[in-house]
Amino acid sequence: MAETRLEPAIGLEVHVQLRTRTKLFCGDLAEYGAPPNTRVCPVCLGLPGALPALNERAVELAVRVALGLSSTVQERSAFARKHYFYPDLPGGYQVTQHAEPLATGGYLLLPDADGGKPLAVRIRSVHLEEDSGKSLHGRVPGATALDLNRAGVPLVEIVTEPDLRSPEQARAFLQRLRQTLQYVGASDCDMERGSLRVDANVSLRPAGSAALGTRTEVKNLNSFSGVERALRFEIERQGALLAVGGRVEPATLLWDAARGEARVLRAKEEGADYRYIPEPDLPPLVVTGEWLKRIRRDLPELPAERAARFVRDHGLDPKHAEAVTATRELADYYEAVARRTDPREAAVWVLGDFLAAVNTAGCDLDRFPVRPADLAELIELLAAGILTRPAAKRVLARMAETGKPPAQVVGEEGLHRTGDATELEGWADEAVRGHPEEAARWRAGETRLLDFFVGEVVRLSGGRADPHEARAAVTARLEAR
Amino acid sequence: MAVTPEEVRRLAALARLPLDDAGVAAMVGELGSILEHVRTLARADGADAALAATPHGGAPPLRPDTFGADLLHRTPDMLAPAWRDGHFVVPRLPELDPGAPRPEGETP
Amino acid sequence: MSVPLATLPLPELAEGIRERRFTPTALVEDVAEALAAVEAGPEPLNLFVSFDLERAFARALEVEADLSAGKPLPPLAGIPAAVKDNLCTVDFPTTCGSRVLAGYTSPYEATAVLRLREAGAIVLGKTNLDEFAMGSSTEHSAYGPTRNPWDRSRVAGGSSGGSAAAVAAGVVPLALGSDTGGSVRQPAAFCGVVGIRPTWGRVSRYGLVAFASSLDQVGTFGRTVYESAYLLQTVAGRDPLDATSADLPVPNAAVNLGEGLEGTTIGVPGEYFPDGMDPRVRTLCRAAIRRLEELGAEVREVSLPHTAYAVPAYAVLAVAEASSNLARFDGVRFGAPAPGAGSVAEVWERTRALFGAEAKRRILLGTYVLSAGHRDEHHARAARVRALVALDFRWVFDSGVDAVFTPTTPTPAFRLGEVTDPYEVYRSDAFTVGPALAGLPALSLPLGLADGLPVGGQLVGRAWGEPEIVRVAHALEASLAAAPLAAPPAPAAG
Repeated sequence: MAETRLEPAIGLEVHVQLRTRTKLFCGDLAEYGAPPNTRVCPVCLGLPGALPALNERAVELAVRVALGLSSTVQERSAFARKHYFYPDLPGGYQVTQHAEPLATGGYLLLPDADGGKPLAVRIRSVHLEEDSGKSLHGRVPGATALDLNRAGVPLVEIVTEPDLRSPEQARAFLQRLRQTLQYVGASDCDMERGSLRVDANVSLRPAGSAALGTRTEVKNLNSFSGVERALRFEIERQGALLAVGGRVEPATLLWDAARGEARVLRAKEEGADYRYIPEPDLPPLVVTGEWLKRIRRDLPELPAERAARFVRDHGLDPKHAEAVTATRELADYYEAVARRTDPREAAVWVLGDFLAAVNTAGCDLDRFPVRPADLAELIELLAAGILTRPAAKRVLARMAETGKPPAQVVGEEGLHRTGDATELEGWADEAVRGHPEEAARWRAGETRLLDFFVGEVVRLSGGRADPHEARAAVTARLEAR
Repeated sequence: MAVTPEEVRRLAALARLPLDDAGVAAMVGELGSILEHVRTLARADGADAALAATPHGGAPPLRPDTFGADLLHRTPDMLAPAWRDGHFVVPRLPELDPGAPRPEGETP
Repeated sequence: MSVPLATLPLPELAEGIRERRFTPTALVEDVAEALAAVEAGPEPLNLFVSFDLERAFARALEVEADLSAGKPLPPLAGIPAAVKDNLCTVDFPTTCGSRVLAGYTSPYEATAVLRLREAGAIVLGKTNLDEFAMGSSTEHSAYGPTRNPWDRSRVAGGSSGGSAAAVAAGVVPLALGSDTGGSVRQPAAFCGVVGIRPTWGRVSRYGLVAFASSLDQVGTFGRTVYESAYLLQTVAGRDPLDATSADLPVPNAAVNLGEGLEGTTIGVPGEYFPDGMDPRVRTLCRAAIRRLEELGAEVREVSLPHTAYAVPAYAVLAVAEASSNLARFDGVRFGAPAPGAGSVAEVWERTRALFGAEAKRRILLGTYVLSAGHRDEHHARAARVRALVALDFRWVFDSGVDAVFTPTTPTPAFRLGEVTDPYEVYRSDAFTVGPALAGLPALSLPLGLADGLPVGGQLVGRAWGEPEIVRVAHALEASLAAAPLAAPPAPAAG
């Protein structure tokens, strides 16, 4: 038999905690990190007689997610109970949307996932459900401790069609999805805190075949790299099975990140019987056309649209446009700078020294002391010739340290560009005399050493010397012996 | 179609109800007889009757996203059958040992 | 001995307190005396799972203090009331008649109870019921059966048997119950009191321990139509904690009472008067229908063709929801400790072993009708048939009928231990499950006695049409009062 290349088909189920103040079905706080079992009430404790009441904001955020994925929001959707016993599931069932999800269809575009070509990953459904509590090991010796603060926190579950063809694409999808979710303000997508969790399903089939192979599900994927590694592992496992004429059995596997392997949790035949029942305590969810319109109106511009606008209206390079729209905060920042100065120069600065300074400071963008107006002013000072580019970099560094506006930093530190010939000659002289060997080599014809001397002059001037003028001065000095 | 003892055992396992053999035997008979009556529903079944059965007067408003949990007059530790260091406590879940699986359910 | 105060009509009671003709503590003393009398002897009524007379006295003293201080009193100030033990209260245990909840005291209060207390009523205690309201006789209680005040060898009906019997026995004038398939109306009929099941969504279910949520409604008991309706008005209305509670104004109980029935059309469905029905029930119903005509109502024969399917549809839907609602009793967050349990499964099973036989049967049946392979045949089909039952009623009301009149139950109260077949339990709800499936308001009022046992008649209204059935029932009650219902026999002395 001729060897046929096997191609994976990967689908993802992504659970995302929505950024609401309170839980999905009760007025208790949806707050991460509170002391255990202090954000609980009759409803999320599953006490006898307690009833759910749906959080309006959670619906709005889930609708935003759906709109961000071009999904069709259903005017009528409904909740169901999914039954299974687990100690951290208080009611004995999870309230979710099963037969009638909030939204169906849609896609997320990966601009160059498919060998440089765009790939549209189709969305099957977007629905609301409640989170469970947490089972904790190691808190109580020999026992499992339960913290129900998380029980009832709103989740949106996004289910894709099996359109992804590689672990790398899966990762790219998740990054793009996270960007979209953050843009629409639905979630912080903090994987370390578990606010974004992924299950993957994967099957192999001969490349070009339309039919899908037998799929397995991999759970417990708690990081993007984990998703990539787990999928690679499972694709290899299935491939090895098929290579020796074996069969893939439907199963649910559990990824063990520490050991780098996936173990079979249960075969599909042993699959749980969830006994779905329409949730009688919640009326059907109706998202009227008017409400939908209002949510759409308030929906922030999506990253792809925004990048396209920056290319069109600001003349940005597409790569730069993509980079400044990586997060909504960065795009907002860039745009605030760009409003006040040359947009292309703004993009260069935001993506270069500015982001580097933010990383150095190690803080969030909104806490960073350099405000957009200050950065714009700095760029203007550079454009006006008051600062040299190296000096401007120094000014930015000082601004980041002190939070002072650029004009003040320039004034206090005397960093404005110098045109004074005597000063320039002095620095050129110092540079040449300080490096006699290099000077000799230059004179021997090693002309590229000129850049070294220019750099020295700029350095000695503290950035005040314009490199162009420095070049002239240092050349004159070298030639003068 | 009668209910078999195996079926009753499967249901009992799903519902986490312990049943001894006598209990299983009794339930086989009782469930079977009730289901016999229930089967008469087939005669009335009309596929197009998808009408909501319960009346709703105007859709009630949804809950605003503001703090307003119903008060607990007794704290969770006073309700808990087993409690330690701020947590409800159950016997160790063996499946938690290597990773964090959930033998059932899909929410991680 | 003078007439016990608690047997005075509600308006006189409230007025008597306000005008200081008697004190709230005297009222509680009478209640204590009446309670002691009915619970004495070899066959006590067994009305309450828990009660607290001392606390009732303390509350009565508070009312007296308010009265002396000239504070404005709420409408039911000092009026004793009873609450079915599946409504959560922070000061009494809430057992649902089950060993699973033995010793459980809810950390929060049911909205209906809260409103009852805010209206000034003194909650005397929690009344007996079939375990988790699953039953029609109050025999399936972990705390023993409740007996019928009219004949102690007979059941009080159920599941709200304790509440119905407490009102019938003259212990309290008002009581709250819950009605899933007839659990207020059937015991009301058996005990000779007025029981109202409101439209689904009229009263908040928050704090009502769920049996079958899409059918459960808090209902009310009173000795008269007005009193039962007044209690309903007190507890009804939108509650943000129950997403299914309707955002509609609550009608005044007393509105239009005392008017004739001219221009009112009463529908009488033939399906509720089957061949071979108990002739005593038939006779009293026919007499009531004649009264309605004499009062000026137009009585019209109507048809509810899917009536025969209401019981099996109910049986499926109620057990399905019950199996779901009872999943939370797992011994993890509340309940009795399971010391030495080696696994979580053992904790679950030890806790759930405490369910009684009827609850276990319904959990298993509910699990069956929802499980893979059976869901479509059973649950989905029953849901469709439910819609057909509801459509039957809608067509009748759309044809100009204002209220439907039927017997409440096929027979008067049966004997303790008489009904043992598990399906027979559902059959005694034959006339009450239809309106419940349709979510409609329905009440039962006493029509008279048959062989010394009360017989009830049922009036069913359109959705949110409580005032209409209350008006008709009030007129009928006044007309029947020409031949008043004898009081239940006094308990044997000693």
